[in-house]
Amino acid sequence: MTPFLAYALAFLVWPGLLVAAPLAWFELWLMRKALAKLQGRRGPPLFQPFFDWVKLMGKRTVIPEGVPRAAFVALPVIALASIAAALVVMPVPGNPAPRLPGDVVLLLYLLEVPVLCEVLAGYVGRSVYGEVGAMREALMSLAYNLPFLASVIAMAEWAGSFDLRTLAAAPFGLVHVVAGAAFLLALPARLKSNPFSIANAEHEIVAGGLIEYSGPLLGLFELAHALEIVVLTELFVILFVPMPAAPLAALVVWVAVGLALLMGLTLLAATTARLRLAQAFRFYWVWGGAMSVAALAAGLAR
Amino acid sequence: MSLLDRVLSIARRKSPWVCRINAGSCNGCDIEVTPLLTPRYDAEQIGVQVHGTPKHCDILLVSGTLTVRSRAAVLSMWDQMPSPKAVVAIGSCPSSGNVFAESPMVLGCSLDTIVPVDVWVPGCPPRPQQILDGIVEAARLLGEGATRDQLAARDAARPELEKVAS
Repeated sequence: MTPFLAYALAFLVWPGLLVAAPLAWFELWLMRKALAKLQGRRGPPLFQPFFDWVKLMGKRTVIPEGVPRAAFVALPVIALASIAAALVVMPVPGNPAPRLPGDVVLLLYLLEVPVLCEVLAGYVGRSVYGEVGAMREALMSLAYNLPFLASVIAMAEWAGSFDLRTLAAAPFGLVHVVAGAAFLLALPARLKSNPFSIANAEHEIVAGGLIEYSGPLLGLFELAHALEIVVLTELFVILFVPMPAAPLAALVVWVAVGLALLMGLTLLAATTARLRLAQAFRFYWVWGGAMSVAALAAGLAR
Repeated sequence: MSLLDRVLSIARRKSPWVCRINAGSCNGCDIEVTPLLTPRYDAEQIGVQVHGTPKHCDILLVSGTLTVRSRAAVLSMWDQMPSPKAVVAIGSCPSSGNVFAESPMVLGCSLDTIVPVDVWVPGCPPRPQQILDGIVEAARLLGEGATRDQLAARDAARPELEKVAS
């Protein structure tokens, strides 16, 4: 297979869009259903996220007057493309894409692109609420990226490489636990779920940075966000969870850890109220900073 | 009807996202809308999500009488919603002004003269079940392509209709 074909296959089919999108909808449904159960409700049916997305794709898009059309349309496309490209880098079994040296760095950049797109979307839309959402999003990314980047860098230090497959195969040590905890600390803010749903604060600043988006363009952003959940859970399992050698056992561990992560996030979201921006920022720079130092120290001590 | 159209039709029926505007209501109807999201009525079962911005929504819930000042707001909300869209009028006020009719600031016209209403939910205030029923009905119309917005768009695409009418 030529490299181009391999990349195209990885981008479009596995582990890219065609498989990851249904997986993302399923994970979204799991979280919404669990949240409903925790609140004593019935919750949405299994196909709800899929129907939501299809309906959005079948609506007309309203582009507000005076916004740069090219940027307005390009932002959600770039966000979705970059998160799908992040899926291509994932060292999951059966990934047809060739191995890239230094793919950890590429992955970290690709994970930042959707965030940047949402920030820009808030400013491009010319809505005051959108601008407030974009500002919050940008500040939050400065906050949660401290423990997030530190956890990945600590793992790279431990493995002595910036190659995801080497990181995944690194011998288990204290750094896995400490850096994994730092990663978990950053996870709810990365996914903008409840105590840190500051950027998209519904009913407070209406809808955050995506306020002016509608129809298919909104659908692309929602899909990119859903894929972000898939990428981050996959990344957690790859980086911090030691995999058993038997494929079936590995699959069981994979599913169990993924489920535990989603349920933990939902439980946290259901039991907490939204923090203020300053509180969240302080939390990440004090506790996230302490966790980062601990993770880096554990990565160095071999 | 192709497969894609059929899936889209089901998706429109199953995923009604709503936004609300209080056009001058006494707040009674709005209090009856809030329980839809509580465990007792749980509108998420049928895919309802309440959104703050009309740009994300399919169904506009209008409660209350139309007043001199709210008329422009209702029109603006309607214009901002991307098609296909539906309007559900909640309570007796949007149709007649109810007990507020002939107050100085209340417009003496029904909501229908401003935006095309698809479902009327009468009552003062209506019960949450009735409001939910109205949303389900509007979602069904959206799925069938039979809301007044969708019908108007279809008719506009057929210029021969105008000849018959004239």
